Amino acid sequence: MANLMMKTGGWFLLAMLALFGFAASADRGFAVHMLICGLAALIAAVVTMRRGETAKADASLYDDEVIRWGVIATVFWGIVGFLVGLVIATQLAFPWFSLNSEFTTFGRLRPLHTSAVIFAFGGNALIATSYYVVQRTCRVRLAFPGLARFVFWGYQLFIVLAATGYVMGITESREYAEPEWYVDLWLTLVWLSYLAVYVGTIVRRHEPHIYVANWFYLGFIITVAMLHVVNNISLPVSWMGSKSYSAFSGVQDALIQWWYGHNAVGFFLTAGFLGMMYYFVPKQAERPVYSYRLSIVHFWSLIFLYIWAGPHHLHYTALPDWAQTLGMVFSLMLWMPSWGGMINGLMTLNGAWDKIRTDPIIRMMVFALAFYGMSTFEGPMMAIKAVNSLSHYTNWTIGHVHSGALGWNGMITFSALYYMTPRLWNRSRLYSLRMINWHFWCATLGIVLYTASMWVAGITQGLMWREYGDDGYLVYAFVEVVQAMHPYYVMRIGGGLLYFSGAIIMAFNIAMTIAGHLRSEAPMSSPAFDPARDRPIRPAPIFAPVAA
Amino acid sequence: MVDRTRIDEPTGTETVGHEWDGIEELDTPMPRWWLLTLFGTIAFSLVYVVLYPAIPFRHSASAGVLGWSSHRQLAGEMTAEAARLAPTRSALAQTPIEMLPANPRLLVAAEEGGRSAFKVHCVQCHGSGAAGSKGYPNLNDDDWLWGGDLAAIQTTLTNGIRQPGNADTRMSQMPAFGRDGILEPAQVRDVASYVRLLSGQEKAGAASARGGVVFAANCAVCHGAQGKGGRNIGAPNLSDSIWLYGGDRVAIIDTITNAHAGVMPAWGHRLDAVTIKMLAAYVHSLGGGEANVAPPTPALTQAPTQTAAADVGN
Repeated sequence: MANLMMKTGGWFLLAMLALFGFAASADRGFAVHMLICGLAALIAAVVTMRRGETAKADASLYDDEVIRWGVIATVFWGIVGFLVGLVIATQLAFPWFSLNSEFTTFGRLRPLHTSAVIFAFGGNALIATSYYVVQRTCRVRLAFPGLARFVFWGYQLFIVLAATGYVMGITESREYAEPEWYVDLWLTLVWLSYLAVYVGTIVRRHEPHIYVANWFYLGFIITVAMLHVVNNISLPVSWMGSKSYSAFSGVQDALIQWWYGHNAVGFFLTAGFLGMMYYFVPKQAERPVYSYRLSIVHFWSLIFLYIWAGPHHLHYTALPDWAQTLGMVFSLMLWMPSWGGMINGLMTLNGAWDKIRTDPIIRMMVFALAFYGMSTFEGPMMAIKAVNSLSHYTNWTIGHVHSGALGWNGMITFSALYYMTPRLWNRSRLYSLRMINWHFWCATLGIVLYTASMWVAGITQGLMWREYGDDGYLVYAFVEVVQAMHPYYVMRIGGGLLYFSGAIIMAFNIAMTIAGHLRSEAPMSSPAFDPARDRPIRPAPIFAPVAA
Repeated sequence: MVDRTRIDEPTGTETVGHEWDGIEELDTPMPRWWLLTLFGTIAFSLVYVVLYPAIPFRHSASAGVLGWSSHRQLAGEMTAEAARLAPTRSALAQTPIEMLPANPRLLVAAEEGGRSAFKVHCVQCHGSGAAGSKGYPNLNDDDWLWGGDLAAIQTTLTNGIRQPGNADTRMSQMPAFGRDGILEPAQVRDVASYVRLLSGQEKAGAASARGGVVFAANCAVCHGAQGKGGRNIGAPNLSDSIWLYGGDRVAIIDTITNAHAGVMPAWGHRLDAVTIKMLAAYVHSLGGGEANVAPPTPALTQAPTQTAAADVGN
């Protein structure tokens, strides 16, 4: 009881502190954020009180409650992120859609889109699947269950603070690291807790070895912690205000930012999602992983090489030539280490290739890996300076990013969600496997339309910018190039709309599964789920004197 | 520890012997092509690092055996481009703008250069087709505020319009007849009727008759008795159907009441003389360009000789 009092009191104290911050705030944005923090702390206090001293969880089952929340959050933020993406794509084609309000301009909604899809959708997917995978591959329940919940809910608060901040115009103007200093500090706290939960669970494992998925997840968690902390070193203008200035300046600042930015792609969107792939693909295919040796070599080469590739974002800028050279060659050497993951994923289907025809989840995974392979080939190619001089600052980059994000990250997340949902809610199968098929085709056509239009747009743009006439003068004005983009921007809206429709189908399918419905339909295959086997290994009695 | 390796039936490969939640791993060797390509990219990188600047030292970095640097590449490309354009630019620098029509090849070169410069400096106000918009003149027609021959356009470009501190700028100021109380609102309405009569938009009536009197007393001094305008002070022609700020009744009343005084930068401060010459030639070529006011001497209007044309060649 005293423990409960302490916890509730702690949350109330935090709420009071936030209220003080609200009263003493130096600007409107900070005040709104303190109000949100106060509200969050109050909710936490009330929930703590109402739960009281709940009965101990069933130790013979995995700790899945927070993962169920994670699945719901992933779907929710995915829909939000895709929708905002659709809105800003429309704004680029039809500028009046900015609605003439500061809160809905492209400049504020664009980071809302990128953060919502990468950090809210992708981040929740990573947290949820990593909790799912680490328990099952270590055959043990999560270490520090309270902290694990704090990570999840604290991360949601981070998302809400970041998103509301963008709309109010609070930004550090660092791409993919826009949130201001106090939000960064909060995320650091959440992320270190995540690391503690993850490492703690691995340390307590009941398996002799650490499975490859966990190497990737751990690499992702540790590196993102380092990247986040270093890139966000800054000095607030006021301890009660939302503005801060970076500790670095000039080209050093730019290089730190792109060291961060590129490795956000490398460790968040590549390593983390490879962890996802290494569990869910063999599980869904019911086949052994193709090559243990390949997984070791490609893991270490990927981890070692990725961290140096950031300077390729600054080709032909004030960055010294030597740094540009190194950024380029490290990106080239990254090609095969990246493809190692694709090979290991695809070749795991050896002996089960027929499932692409019958199992829509496998089909989605294969497609994700194919797009992973395509974008990790395209990436090193675009890092070559000669190619970059054409592709840089054009829509080609946008096409490249989305072939990776929609194709690889999106599709592998969708398939992981489809895999986990019936198992987490103890259903015999998903509401509908045929709807996955619809989702697959909507998403696939959407991606093809999106990336193809952006590739054409980008190359057109790059060629128009550098087009010289016979008389030695530039042929096109900037605005003429903008004008030429219009049809491609309209096509992109079509692609985004298709991808978004697929996600809506998924949300419906998952909601119906959670609600416990089964659609009566002609069967499609998916591996059977045996709840009796989905359990941690119970410790031997000598270590667990208290009987359950 | 128990050796749990086994032969996987579909592939015939041995497993490593670990198992996690039902997942096993095969002991397949790394694909040979994968390993060779990895080594290939590493070898390429090593060579590249020797050829190009790559290794940082305390205060500098290795220069690379090719001696390449992005600064040198840019400087080389800029120099080559300048050398390529040099004959044209020096020919343009030496030719007074009135003489350009006498040298068609040089004129075309100037117009092309002007087209390019126009897209950078002028489209923001005059539009990419030079058609202008409300308050920004259309440059495709033959209606000129300050003169439409090459020399006049060059002067306008160089010194700008209504630029304080520039002695040669195009300068004039229409009074705000209504706002400053020079004319009564009723008189303003009458003048508007008269102006619309001049431009053939309204039939003659009592209002335009009263307006005509007011016009003669207040407006004719600049716009002329017939409202044909005057280029020496940039007074627009009111008898045609071209309107800078709109020709409907409301717009004309607004103009008489508040007056307008559009400005253009003095490009002489920002662009070199050759670029301005090229811009003038381009604007002149758009459709409304007028012949030189003072015709050049006959000797210079002769058809260009082969040598003259060759001077321009690149």
